[in-house]
Amino acid sequence: MTPTDPATAAPAPTAPHPHMAAQVRWRTVEYVFWLATLLPFVVAPDYLALASQIAITALFALSLDLILGYAGIVSLGHAAFFGFGAYAAGLVSKWGWGEPLSGLLIAGLAAGLLGYLMSFVIARFRHLALIMITLGFGLLLLEAANSASGLTGGADGLQGVKMWPVLGLFKFDLYGFTAYWYALIVLFVFFLMARRLINSPFGLSLRGIRENPVRMRAIGAESGPHIRKIYTIAAFMAGVAGAVLTQTTETVSLGVLDFQRSADILVILILGGAGRLYGGLIGAIIYMIARDWFSGVNPQYWYFPIGVLLIAVVLFLPNGMLGGIAQLIDTVRGRRWFGWLTSPPPWLRSGSKP
Amino acid sequence: MASPNSAEPLLSFKNVRAGYGEAIVLDDISFEMPERGSIAVLGRNGVGKSTLLLTLMGFTQLRRGSIIWRGTDITRLAPHRRAQSGIGWVAQEREIFANLTVEENLTVAARPGRWDLDAAFDFFPRLKERRQSKGNQLSGGEQQMLATARALMTNPALLLLDEPLEGLAPIIVEELVRGLRKMITEEGTAVILVEQHAEVALSLTENAVLLERGAIVHHARSADLLKDHATLDRYIGLRVADGKPAQA
Repeated sequence: MTPTDPATAAPAPTAPHPHMAAQVRWRTVEYVFWLATLLPFVVAPDYLALASQIAITALFALSLDLILGYAGIVSLGHAAFFGFGAYAAGLVSKWGWGEPLSGLLIAGLAAGLLGYLMSFVIARFRHLALIMITLGFGLLLLEAANSASGLTGGADGLQGVKMWPVLGLFKFDLYGFTAYWYALIVLFVFFLMARRLINSPFGLSLRGIRENPVRMRAIGAESGPHIRKIYTIAAFMAGVAGAVLTQTTETVSLGVLDFQRSADILVILILGGAGRLYGGLIGAIIYMIARDWFSGVNPQYWYFPIGVLLIAVVLFLPNGMLGGIAQLIDTVRGRRWFGWLTSPPPWLRSGSKP
Repeated sequence: MASPNSAEPLLSFKNVRAGYGEAIVLDDISFEMPERGSIAVLGRNGVGKSTLLLTLMGFTQLRRGSIIWRGTDITRLAPHRRAQSGIGWVAQEREIFANLTVEENLTVAARPGRWDLDAAFDFFPRLKERRQSKGNQLSGGEQQMLATARALMTNPALLLLDEPLEGLAPIIVEELVRGLRKMITEEGTAVILVEQHAEVALSLTENAVLLERGAIVHHARSADLLKDHATLDRYIGLRVADGKPAQA
């Protein structure tokens, strides 16, 4: 009875919306950021090992950002996937296959599969229940790795990881030269993927689910399948991050599964700004450098300044560093404080209509 | 109900009983509406008007009866499937996505059809002016427009409006009513309108039902009910010309 058939009346839903297309465009500051990631090669060649740690942590934080920042899934056990990937990569190498790239893929798939199984539980809960579940899951996996010492080496760590050169050409060296560019390229590739993902309609749906899952259902998007998808993807990414750590350090310790790691990565993301693509990256840089520096200044109490930093950020920049910067830019441009003087908001104008 | 169209109804409720958990809110609700029809649902607070819409969307527990949508039984269908099949719901609480911009609030709901971003902005020009504003920066009236526009973006065959005029300034009410009238009478969008402003609701719609304690107590053509002061007075306590106090 409808006058037009909805299927033929309008352009296909896959045609990109202009504002989504605009978000995909690269900004100058992004080029600057990625060029700056090459600086350590020149400026601080002694710190390439730290730089590769930062890149790994950034990838891990990015994966947490996908679920926490964009889909609103709280997790206190994200290290489970990082550690699972780390052990998977280590074992593959120990069992005689030391090729790094395929090792990465295998580790990612293993962690992704674990994430996929876990996602069925995750999609059923929110908020506090999620914190408990992810926390418990992380602890379970840690103890499992601890007790399966025949497989994992237990508290002694996994021995005998031997990586072949990347692409058969570049050996992992003592100075972390190969390690850094390897970690950086992996980070960049996954960053591109994440960027594409969150600027897609799927990414927008995730943000809708974060804001209001019931409402999303009422406009036709069931949250369960979306959450399962992003959780699996995030687990894959976390697994790859863990694998890069294994491959660049050629060892795996129980620390990869530790609760401390789950907590740290949460702190890093909040520090940088959750729900922002660069939040985890910036957070990782600041946190890791601060940790390195503070522990050099005072090896015993280096967590103290970290705590101060955290409290300061939460008090003064509730949306993280990037959130604070965005607010600052808004203020400087006068959008927030003075904008309405030069161009009155529409409700003022229509209110004065006769 | 009087319907010019004897073909299959767009929607029919058959002896529906529904509620939340143990509580039964609606009992033995039956009505049907034709394609392009419009129904006003009137009644005092707490008689189950919103629950009727929630039941249609699948957010309550349905104990008995069935809901037929375009010839298909959707009684057990998940809410998102109902939305996909063409039922658009504008909740009383509006439930704007606070941290998405106006444009994102709309595009997140987009589904192919006549209503796209441009059409929605044509319909509510004010939203276009505020397209980059976050949901939580909008005024109440703008939020209501956005909630309505967002439901339209799903290109619904039937729009459920839950007290769209609640708490809005008169000038905004006027603008919104103008929009709704255009939608219902000119464009023939099927609408179920829950509203406290009985006169506005009746002037917008073709038919009306009156709810009392979870049951339909009166069916009428809206135009007739508008003149039937006695009935309105009895069921909604509308203060009409004769000045009788509302019956308890």
